[in-house]
Amino acid sequence: MSRLRDAAPALGLALAGLIAWEAIVRAELIDELLLPSPTQVSTALWEDRSLLGPDLVVTAWEVLAGLAVAVVVGAGLAVAMHLFTGVRRALKPLVVGSQAVPVPVVAPLLILVLGFGIAPKVLMVALVCFFPVTINFYDGLRSVEPDQRKVLRSFAATRWQTFRLLEAPSALPQAFTGIRVAAAVAVIGAVFAEWAGSDSGLGHALLTANGQLLTARAFACVVLLFALAVVLYESFALLERRLVRWAPTPDPSGGP
Amino acid sequence: MITRLEARAEPREVAGSGEGVVVDRVSRSFGALKALDGFCLRVAPDEFVALVGPSGCGKSTLLDLVCGLSRPDEGSISAGEAVLMPQRDGLLPWLTAEDNAGLALRVAGASRTAAREAARLHFASFGLEGFERAHPGELSGGMRQRVAFLRTLLAGRPVLGLDEPFGALDALTRARMQEWLSVTLGREPRTTLLVTHDIEEAVLLADRVVLMSPRPGRVVAELDVKLPRPRVRSDPAILALRERAMAVLER
Repeated sequence: MSRLRDAAPALGLALAGLIAWEAIVRAELIDELLLPSPTQVSTALWEDRSLLGPDLVVTAWEVLAGLAVAVVVGAGLAVAMHLFTGVRRALKPLVVGSQAVPVPVVAPLLILVLGFGIAPKVLMVALVCFFPVTINFYDGLRSVEPDQRKVLRSFAATRWQTFRLLEAPSALPQAFTGIRVAAAVAVIGAVFAEWAGSDSGLGHALLTANGQLLTARAFACVVLLFALAVVLYESFALLERRLVRWAPTPDPSGGP
Repeated sequence: MITRLEARAEPREVAGSGEGVVVDRVSRSFGALKALDGFCLRVAPDEFVALVGPSGCGKSTLLDLVCGLSRPDEGSISAGEAVLMPQRDGLLPWLTAEDNAGLALRVAGASRTAAREAARLHFASFGLEGFERAHPGELSGGMRQRVAFLRTLLAGRPVLGLDEPFGALDALTRARMQEWLSVTLGREPRTTLLVTHDIEEAVLLADRVVLMSPRPGRVVAELDVKLPRPRVRSDPAILALRERAMAVLER
């Protein structure tokens, strides 16, 4: 009951938007070729389900694999940068600079090098996703409460003990913030990589539908991408609540 | 300028099994800020000394130095191995009370289970029975301090540095915790340096009270508290000592 009440504002807003949207299209204020109505989109979603279902699975795999790579590599980078000053000095500008490289420019290059398989898609997703993971985890490792650090130091803890017993667990909530951000933007990487060269996936389906002026189907693809991002984000939020129960929630009624 | 409020002959003889603390003309600055300037202090083994002074007089800096967390710019410190109980308890919120209490043992190389079991043995005498598996977020302020103090004792060091351990507690809990600390240390004496801004607390707990000047911190006066324990805060002797300390600090 309370979950339903929590979701009420989001559902209400979505419903109001959909009704307004439907009304605008039905009143023929906008050409339905440019903007299909919600009912047309949901019809397309249903009728093209056998077409879009496999595409959703393909994109979901790309996103999950890419996220996994991003979490492993991103956490590794954060820990290395935290523990070794040399690594930090060498890598930090590169890590930050990597985010200035436009995704649509890199995607075709990756396809060129890695072929048309799943590898360039996974790599693309990982490229989009590792940055929030690295930066958030790294900042988390550095922002340990001074009193807790003093306790460990007064116990004469080694560098590794301080990391394992204090810094790593203390950074977990912020690492999860990074992973949630990454999960929300991951689909962008997958879509760009599919646009650069692919014969399946929602990005590919989106591009094809656009070319054939099947706007309703294109919108159906966007709806699925939207849902994928939300489900990923909420799954990680759930995992976070399981793993870091001890962390103070800023607003218990607000949720993540 | 040092005023001895209680005449005492030579610095105390080193006695007992524990180790004492000798702070010799120690100065410590942070940038342009001089926290301590030529500070001297001698604590005998198993003696309980309270440091009292206004905020920012370098009390916490002194504890950090004694516990080896930072080095003096000038002067020298020789102390037995010391362990710090910081101002806010510094408990790790992701560990249970028993794991927090046994933290020093884990750092010393004990397994998680061994550390936990060693800590659990003391939960009853620390009034923490039944809260072994609770997380710090579920404990009251007084209980958190007891877990933190148990953690400090289990580090097994001869010297304890307590940095305003009861500063954040309400008056009633603080009074109870002071009594409790006095009893616990009576059972298991350690060389103790207590930093506090509460004169009453200092006089109730310590063998000797050291009054410090505002920054840079120097010893202004020392007060011997030669009263038997347990002490009662309404005892006229306690009140008199308190008044004298107040008079010195307000000068």
